[in-house]
Amino acid sequence: MVAIYFREINAFFSSLIGYVVIGVFLVLMGLLLWMLPEYSILDSRFATLDTLFAMAPQVFLFLIPAVTMRSFAEEMQTGTLELLVTRPLSDWQIVTGKFLACLTLVIFALLPTLLYYFTVYQLGAPPGNLDSGGIFGSYIGLLFLAAAFVAIGLFASSLTQNQIVAFLLAAFLCFFFFQMFDLLSRLPIFFGKTDDIVQAIGIQYHYDSMSRGLVDTRDVVYFLSLIVLFLAATVVSLGRRRW
Amino acid sequence: MSVQVSHLVKIYGAQRAVDEVTFEVQPGEVLGFLGPNGAGKTTTMKIITGFLPATSGTVKVCGYDVVAQPMEARACVGYLPEHNPLYRDMYVREYLEFVGGIHRLPNVRARVEEMIERTGLTSHRHKQIGELSKGYRQRVGLAQAMLHDPQVLILDEPTSGLDPNQIVEIRQIIKELGREKTVILSTHILAEVEAVCSRAIIIHRGRIVADDTIETLKSRMAGQSVVTVEFGQAVKSQQLSALPHVREVKALGGNRWQLVASADRDLRPIVSAFAAEHRLTLLELRKETLSVEEVFQQLTR
Repeated sequence: MVAIYFREINAFFSSLIGYVVIGVFLVLMGLLLWMLPEYSILDSRFATLDTLFAMAPQVFLFLIPAVTMRSFAEEMQTGTLELLVTRPLSDWQIVTGKFLACLTLVIFALLPTLLYYFTVYQLGAPPGNLDSGGIFGSYIGLLFLAAAFVAIGLFASSLTQNQIVAFLLAAFLCFFFFQMFDLLSRLPIFFGKTDDIVQAIGIQYHYDSMSRGLVDTRDVVYFLSLIVLFLAATVVSLGRRRW
Repeated sequence: MSVQVSHLVKIYGAQRAVDEVTFEVQPGEVLGFLGPNGAGKTTTMKIITGFLPATSGTVKVCGYDVVAQPMEARACVGYLPEHNPLYRDMYVREYLEFVGGIHRLPNVRARVEEMIERTGLTSHRHKQIGELSKGYRQRVGLAQAMLHDPQVLILDEPTSGLDPNQIVEIRQIIKELGREKTVILSTHILAEVEAVCSRAIIIHRGRIVADDTIETLKSRMAGQSVVTVEFGQAVKSQQLSALPHVREVKALGGNRWQLVASADRDLRPIVSAFAAEHRLTLLELRKETLSVEEVFQQLTR
């Protein structure tokens, strides 16, 4: 697992993928937070990072599928998967190694945004006048959301040899789990308690809940279950040659 | 007993890709897996490496069942799949160290250097795999299969697509390996089997049609022995077919004839006695040795 983890990390940073992902994320976030008048913190006159936490999931929606799309699709296409799965490794070890590597790349992209926290901290009047608890919770939420997207992306990649199909499928599934349940819950066919349940299946509900700065065990359990569910689905999908 | 395959069956849809295949391979043996394309060679190898499950039957590698104890079984197998898949963006040493890491080898670096030297990759070790020529990539494929010093090596068409010099070099490596390890290699090049293997299994439509040493296979030829003879004078075909044990007479033109008898008969003394009796000059009298090609064609027709 450790060997796979480091190979994947090396693959990201010995090719352009790693740098492009981090670069695109930071440029987009920088523009949104500081430059574009509609979203900019400077124009809003409030010392918050709300824009970051509202926009980062939207960017992850297409960035994370781009990170995960090659994980299994490429290995299936070149045939290297055959060598990998016949080594003394369990399918879980392979999937976990790749999951952690992709997640690490996303964390690398996220780390520099801590700088924004210190900037806004200083810009507050008086300095330090911002909701640190809320921001901490939001970061935890964003990490869980990224991990869930990575798990979904890996699953999509394990379904096909075609990286473009893997990307589109992952982007769709991420979007579906992120916002679709929230939107579906507003359909008139769900009423009373059922619309709350439908809403709670989606990621957004739990992400918003964490953004309030409250790390609720129910949300943590939700994210962990979603991640494990998709990793397990990936393992099953890898084993389908045995069917 | 390094590899034991018993009653292996693999069914794809309605097709029996592998049908009741049973064989054993010992250490120090290089087994050639021969057969036309689509005969079931690759499928059998994929089952031995644990990549595919069998429909029924069992495979044991170094005493471990590949289904019940997959980790132990996989640890003692080195595998070179068909088409030799490699990570093209990795460097030769980086890749081999990665493989060593998966197998948790102690002294990975030293072992990688040793393999690089043994497979003749020394001058290419700092190159990216994608930049290498096919022959060198094949060496990387062999190096990764041999890296963890496995007891059993499964090589699926190890020399396909190489130039004649490269083929000779790769065969040399395989031969050296075969002295202490168990090697199973598949090929449809018959000369390869004659050059490298001590034993051959011919499979056709998923079934084993022959399993023997190369020498026995050659002499087998579906139960026939053939003698070519040339006389100095004209002979009638009836005279020849009247000889004891002769089953078939073929005229080769001029005074040359080919006589066929059952495998356990040697026609040469009979023909020579016949020549002496009729005062014929014997210009040629030769027992045909058949190439593996002919045996192969006979068996897989």
